[in-house]
Order: sequence, then C-alpha cells, then structure tokens
Amino acid sequence: MDFSLTNREKLFLQMIKDFADNEVKPLAAEIDEEERFPVETVEQMGKIGLMGIPVPVQYGGQGGTNQLYSMAVEELSRVCGTTGVIVSAHTSLCVAPILENGNEEQKMKYLPKLCSGEWLGAFGLTEPNAGTDAAMQQTFAVDAGDKWVLNGSKIFITNAGYAHIYIVMAMTDKSMGTRGISAFIVEEGTPGFSVGKQEKKLGIRGSATCELIFENCEIPKENLLGAIGKGFGIAMKTLDGGRIGIAAQALGIAQGAMDETIKYTKERKQFGKPISAFQNTQFQMADLETKVQAARLLVRSAAYKKDENLPYSVDAAMCKLFASEVAMEVTTKAVQFHGGYGYTREYPVERMMRDAKITEIYEGTSEVQRMVIAAKIFK
Amino acid sequence: MNKEKKEKMKIIVCIKQVPNTTEIKINPATGTMIRDGVVSIMNPDDKGGLEMALRLKDKYNAHITVITMGPPQAEAILREAYALGADRAILLTDRKFAGADTLATSNALAGALRCLDYDLIIAGRQAIDGDTAQVGPQMAEHLGLPQVSYVADLQYNQNNLLTIKKETEEGHQLLEVEMPCVLTVLATANRARYMTVSGIMTAFDKEVEMWNADKIDVDEEKLGLKGSPTRVKKSFTKGRKGAGELFEVEAEEAVGIIISKLKEKFII
Repeated sequence: MDFSLTNREKLFLQMIKDFADNEVKPLAAEIDEEERFPVETVEQMGKIGLMGIPVPVQYGGQGGTNQLYSMAVEELSRVCGTTGVIVSAHTSLCVAPILENGNEEQKMKYLPKLCSGEWLGAFGLTEPNAGTDAAMQQTFAVDAGDKWVLNGSKIFITNAGYAHIYIVMAMTDKSMGTRGISAFIVEEGTPGFSVGKQEKKLGIRGSATCELIFENCEIPKENLLGAIGKGFGIAMKTLDGGRIGIAAQALGIAQGAMDETIKYTKERKQFGKPISAFQNTQFQMADLETKVQAARLLVRSAAYKKDENLPYSVDAAMCKLFASEVAMEVTTKAVQFHGGYGYTREYPVERMMRDAKITEIYEGTSEVQRMVIAAKIFK
Repeated sequence: MNKEKKEKMKIIVCIKQVPNTTEIKINPATGTMIRDGVVSIMNPDDKGGLEMALRLKDKYNAHITVITMGPPQAEAILREAYALGADRAILLTDRKFAGADTLATSNALAGALRCLDYDLIIAGRQAIDGDTAQVGPQMAEHLGLPQVSYVADLQYNQNNLLTIKKETEEGHQLLEVEMPCVLTVLATANRARYMTVSGIMTAFDKEVEMWNADKIDVDEEKLGLKGSPTRVKKSFTKGRKGAGELFEVEAEEAVGIIISKLKEKFII
C-alpha cells in the first residue's frame, strides 16, 4: 500500500487549502452567528469544480476520485464545518445515488447541473418516527398510472430549501417491509412539495436543516430511482458513501482545532513561558495529533477502497465512528487549552466543538456504526 | 490580429518558481536563509501575468504558452499553469543555464522566445527571491520589442493595440502600445483564479516540453555563470529595528506627535 500523495493530490491540496483559507475561513464565524447559508461560497465552489469531484467527465463531473473528494471535505471543514457538510451532503447523498443507481436519461438530466453547482442536491430518509430504525418509513408513494403520488414528511434534511434536487425514500408497498421502500427524484417546485421549518441547531449553523412536506405531490413516472422496492438498499449504500464524507468533515474539524490550539499554546504565556512548553500540553497534544493522523489514515483507506470498487461499508463505518469521536475529543480539549478565551466567540474553537458534535449523530449515529462493525465481526 | 484576423492571439507568459519568501526564516546565528520545509510557489507577479493572459483567453480565445527556466522540479509550476488554463508549457532546463544572473537569464529566455510565435509576451514585474525587476525589460531589449513595466491593467482594442494602465510612484499612466510587445505585470493587477478540479485532473496528462541549451540559438558564452557579469560582493542581514512606539490618539494629536518626533531626529 502506498501512503504517499500523488502529484495530482498534492496540486489539488494546494488549491483547496488556498480556497479554504482565503474564501471559506473569512465567512465561517459570520455564517455561524447569523445562521446564514453561504450561497456565494456554493456558487464559487461550483465554478472551480468542487460540486462534482468524483463524477466522470461525460456527466459533467470533474473525473476525480473519492480520495480527492474526501480531501476537499476535510480541507473545507478544517476552517468551516458548515461548508464541509454542504459539499458532502450534495455529493455523497444526491449526486452519488443518481450516478450509481440512475438510468442514462436521469444521469444526463441531473448530473451536469448538479456537478456545475447550478443545482444543489439533498437526500430525504429520516422521518419523525423513522430515525435509526429507517425501515419505519411513513412517507408513501402510490402508483397512479402515469405518475407517482407522494404523501408524508421528512425531517432534518441537510441543504433543504436551497437544494433543487431531492432523493426521497418512500414506501411503495408496506407489506414488503424494507423491500417495499423505493427511491425517487423530486425536483424543487413540484406541486405538493414544500419545505417546512428550518431547525435551530447547536452547530453547523450556516447549514440549512429543514422538514420536507409531501401533500399529494405528483412526480413523473420516470423519477423512480433504481427499481421498485430497492430504495432501502440504495439508501443504505448511499449512507455508506456519505459516511466517508462525514468522517472527512470530522477529520477536518479536528485538524482545524489542532491548528488553532498549536498556535494559541505557543503564544499564550503563563508562569513566564508559553503554555506549549508545559509537559501537560505537550503530552496531550501528542496524543491528539496521533489520533487525528490515525483518523486520516482510516478515511484515506475507506476512500481508496471505494475508488477501487472494493467493499467499503465497514471501513466507512469505522472511519466515521473514529473520526467523529476524535473530532469531539480534540475540539473539547482545544476549548480547555484555550481556557476562558476558548469559551468565547472571539476564538473559533467553541464553534468547532459545537460543529463536531453532529458528526457523531448524522448519517448514522456512533451506535449505528458500532452495529455495522459488530455485524461484520460476529457474522 | 489585424494581419490575419482569423488567427488566435498568441500569448507567452514567462513564469518562475520561487521559494515562498513569506515563510522563510533567517537563522540568526549564521544570517542565512533556512530553506528546509519552505515550499516553492509560482512567483506572485508572474501569477498576476498569467491571470492577465487567461482573461484575454476568456475574452478573445487566445492561446497561452507558459515558459520557465529552472531546474527540473520547476515543472511543478508549469503543471499548475496547465491547471489554471494554459495551453502549452516549456521548461528551459540545462546545467549550462545554471548560475545565471539577470542578463544570462534574459539571454536564454529571449533565445527561447525567438523560437516561438507570439503577439504578446507577459512576465511578472519581479520575482520575490531576487526583486530585481530586470529580466522582463532585458528580454524586450534583446528582442527589440516595445515594453511596458508595472502593468496594472490592460484593454485589447482589436486593432493590434493595447491600452495599458501603468503604475507609477505618483499614480498611474495610460499608454497605448502596439503588439507584439513585452509587458511586466504586478501581482495586484488582478485577483488570480483558482485552479479547477478538472484542470488539475488533466494537467498531468499534458506534455511539458523540455528544452536544453542546444534548442535555443544563443552563444554559450552568454548563458549561465559564464554569461553573468554580476558578482556578489557581500551579503548581510539587515539589523532588526527596535520596537516602535504606538500612540492611540486622535488624528490631530497624532500629527503633532509625528512632527515633534521628526524634528527630534532632525528629519524636518
């Protein structure tokens, strides 16, 4: 196995670090404070090709790898967790399922505009009574001859309200259980489809998280994604890919908190010397640095397997479990190292700590990741 | 251009790989640069020049060739130029070019430029590792072309004429110049674009042409160390200034303080 970066990856990192530091970082505190979705950043990211990295050129993508995509999410999240998840939810949860399950017409219709950033994507699986137990879907899709009619609601949908294309799971045959769930492509503005209230959140406050409401929402027959009854499988596979994105987000948040803490502990003087000179600081930071690097290798390994078309579900679960818990640990300790200053909004570490928490929850809680990993161990 | 309108405007951009001097630290004991771990970058003024060329490409579908002289690792900035949108890349590399001062460098570059077809040659005003600002103007002299240095903006007038905004110490001048010509451009002239992901993906599939001293028709006596009359007599690190005094006062009071300080030092 080769752990070194390719020349392409090095050049990509040069670009994305530059972009993150100069375009994303200056907005991070403001969009958090104002709970404002950064539309201008999404537009910029579309122009340079960050909205369709692992998509073949023939579908308007950049012809890149999942490795590059995860590096992009990491670097964006290093300075702004909100911007990281906008790209991750768009790419992993909307672009990827269309690319992996769509027919040629669907791919040609949706992918070019999604990859250029003209359209933003979202994904709807979670319902008020179907969280971890995603099989309890109460959104129904009825075959009405020449169309599908959707009724029900989804909650906690990332990018909702700003997205143009939504991948929505709905029950087409309740008697079949998970095999009665199908996936649909729903376009913004479809009559009967509306976006409900926006959640007020602890972290990633610039990201839009809303309810989706379907009231006799009629969608064309051809908007069924994949075969009837295959929606649950599509959703689970989509989340496998999404977990690499969220792990990369968690990794980026952790790295951002490390960078801030290294800088601060070298500047902050107590008892006549910088607090980085104290062994407590050094030992704790050495442990955290090691954990962040371990998380990075898990993310790289999972992305590598996805790129090589190797099985990666368990790898995705492991990198997401580990990276999100490392992010929580690093950001919590980052606040502690910053002392009273770290608790204020003058420094970015409190935001990073708030942003880190969601990575242990969405796209499968840490407990779900443990279930996935245990299922492999004890199969 | 006006001679053959259907032909694409051909632009050559001269670029240089430099150590990122904003990251360089000086060893206080020896007074020398600590180069370890300092990344190499495309010189900022050159990047400004490339951006100016790319904007002409966006507007008039120009063809852009980037050229650099340097060691083999300078290929990195040519790949970056491809990712930004350049069409052709040439690396002038040969041990015979080593040790060149500005004169030998401009001789080598001018030799390479004579092998190429161009309407416009753009270079950065100066490189952050040498700060001489000599290579661009010297190239223009070797090639017998009109030149404008310190270019902050330009406009193409369709009839082979460029209207140029040239920065001066007092302000700026507006000049009209006929192509072909040489311009040296400021990094502040425009905000350089980001590489695109697809540009990065294809940058390594494109050819970087390697040119050695045999490829260009320049007398070897004019190249490298042999062709460099410059001799470094002495180099030293500037002594550190003491910490300044900071006054946080209203403007009017500040003026008084500044005047009395200047008088104190017999400056006024």
